[in-house]
Amino acid sequence: MSFSTTARNHHPCVSEGLNPGRIRRDFPILSRKVHGKPLAYLDNAATSQKPQQVIDAVSRYYSRTNANIQRGVHLLSVQATDAYEATRERVRKFLNATRAEEIVFVRSTTEAVNLVAQTAGRSILGPGDEVIVSRMEHHSNIVPWQMLCQEKGARLRVIPVSGRGELLLDEYEKLLNPRTRIVAVTHVSNVLGTVNPVRKMVEMAHGHGALVLLDGAQAVPHLEVDVQELDCDFYCFSGHKIYGPTGIGILYGKWNHLESMPPYQGGGEMIRSVSFEKTTYNEPPHKFEGGTPNIAGGVALAAALDYLENLGLDRVAAYENELLEYATSRLSQVSGLRLIGTAPSKAAVLSFVLDEVHPHDMGTILDLEGVAIRTGHHCAQPLMDYYGLPATARASLAFYNTREEIDALCRGLEKVMEVFE
Amino acid sequence: MADLSALYQEVILDHNRRPRNFAVLEDADHQSEGFNALCGDRVTVYLKLKGSVVDEISFQGSGCAISMASASIMTESLKGRTVEEVKALFERFHQLVTGNLDSEDHSEPDLGKLVVFEGVSRYPVRVKCATLTWHTLRAALEKRNEVVSTE
Repeated sequence: MSFSTTARNHHPCVSEGLNPGRIRRDFPILSRKVHGKPLAYLDNAATSQKPQQVIDAVSRYYSRTNANIQRGVHLLSVQATDAYEATRERVRKFLNATRAEEIVFVRSTTEAVNLVAQTAGRSILGPGDEVIVSRMEHHSNIVPWQMLCQEKGARLRVIPVSGRGELLLDEYEKLLNPRTRIVAVTHVSNVLGTVNPVRKMVEMAHGHGALVLLDGAQAVPHLEVDVQELDCDFYCFSGHKIYGPTGIGILYGKWNHLESMPPYQGGGEMIRSVSFEKTTYNEPPHKFEGGTPNIAGGVALAAALDYLENLGLDRVAAYENELLEYATSRLSQVSGLRLIGTAPSKAAVLSFVLDEVHPHDMGTILDLEGVAIRTGHHCAQPLMDYYGLPATARASLAFYNTREEIDALCRGLEKVMEVFE
Repeated sequence: MADLSALYQEVILDHNRRPRNFAVLEDADHQSEGFNALCGDRVTVYLKLKGSVVDEISFQGSGCAISMASASIMTESLKGRTVEEVKALFERFHQLVTGNLDSEDHSEPDLGKLVVFEGVSRYPVRVKCATLTWHTLRAALEKRNEVVSTE
């Protein structure tokens, strides 16, 4: 696996591998059974499970600290504000952003993309301008741009992919032109696992004066991200895919962009002063954070990032890569199985189809064996159309998965074949 | 495997492998397209009525075994029935796959071969697969031309 960012060795003992047996004890849900079978949770790209440390952070926040933030004078409000703002700094460090004010709390990656489309996008896009996305985007990084293009009379252009599931950079180069205002691409594909060469793509876009938003939802759980090194204008991810809670997401934006962007949703917190004649807006990031946020979610996100960095993202990546290789080799031996997405640079996501068996039928039979995978179009219908598939089955791995769980998947697929022979 | 064989009965697997009435009906007087966003199933139902009786019925599409077999067996079950009977049968079929059918209720119309879908009631997420083609048929009968979604 090659990363677009240089590995920074946080952990002193990189050479020591992870101990999944010990790690799994941190995740209470992994010990439960489904349909009387041990759970093999292989749907991490949809959402990850949460370690006890994250669950405790939510519980501790509501048991000890809960209050509304930013404006209170009482102790609880001060402590809640401090905890929430400490997460902002925690995320800054995680992404290696220049300053904490470049970190905007949102609900999800989807909201982050919509925020950028409706603020920066809406102010810079005019009739005849162009927005570039890729064929492998999640719907949430297509539809907000499509809506904006329709509104502005702008044109949405699409970077094609190769059969292996790589973006065609030559074609991307041809798409870039002086009308290109925004490039919005995913760092890691949720269907194919492909790690895109985003650093190079950012450089190419900047050469044409375009802004770049990177969808990092599938990247941050698997590889180290340094937004300064990537030089992207915006980067976004969701808390729940990185072992944190649902309902909290992050938008990173370069300070000068955030400063010049109009506000997103009007409300409390995003203002400096309000009168019926004139309202002045708060500074970033608060300008984009109207309404009481998911405070507990934010606090627990910090616990998730602590957990992950304590394991060491480089060790996580090394372990997941080894597991990916094992799973790729095991699945390749299943007769009639075809892997969709075979780029050389991949995160631990395996999409596949079986001759004569629809993924949804696979999903039901695997579920009865305790194996949880995702089946369907994975919110990436244009990519499915490219491969001529209505759906795929997808196993997506995390550092707490084991070879035994991959074996359980393969045994389950044998059952599928027995039923459908 | 007991659970599995209740869902994937041999009749269902057979209809999935060799769907009956799987064709475009060129001179259909009713047709409608259905889409199940959950698994990407797509089905088009074609219908030709003689008066209020189903004279010809066929379908085309792709999807999981449950949806394909359901479409196939549905087309077999409806030829020669009146529109009123078709609607009553859908009602009973829906009760069957959602586990709401009163086993003591022997009123007409008889479900016949459709009873093979009884196992679906134990898999609530698969109800949409079993009923997609029926919803699409109903839309065709009502001559609604938009795409039907199970969402």
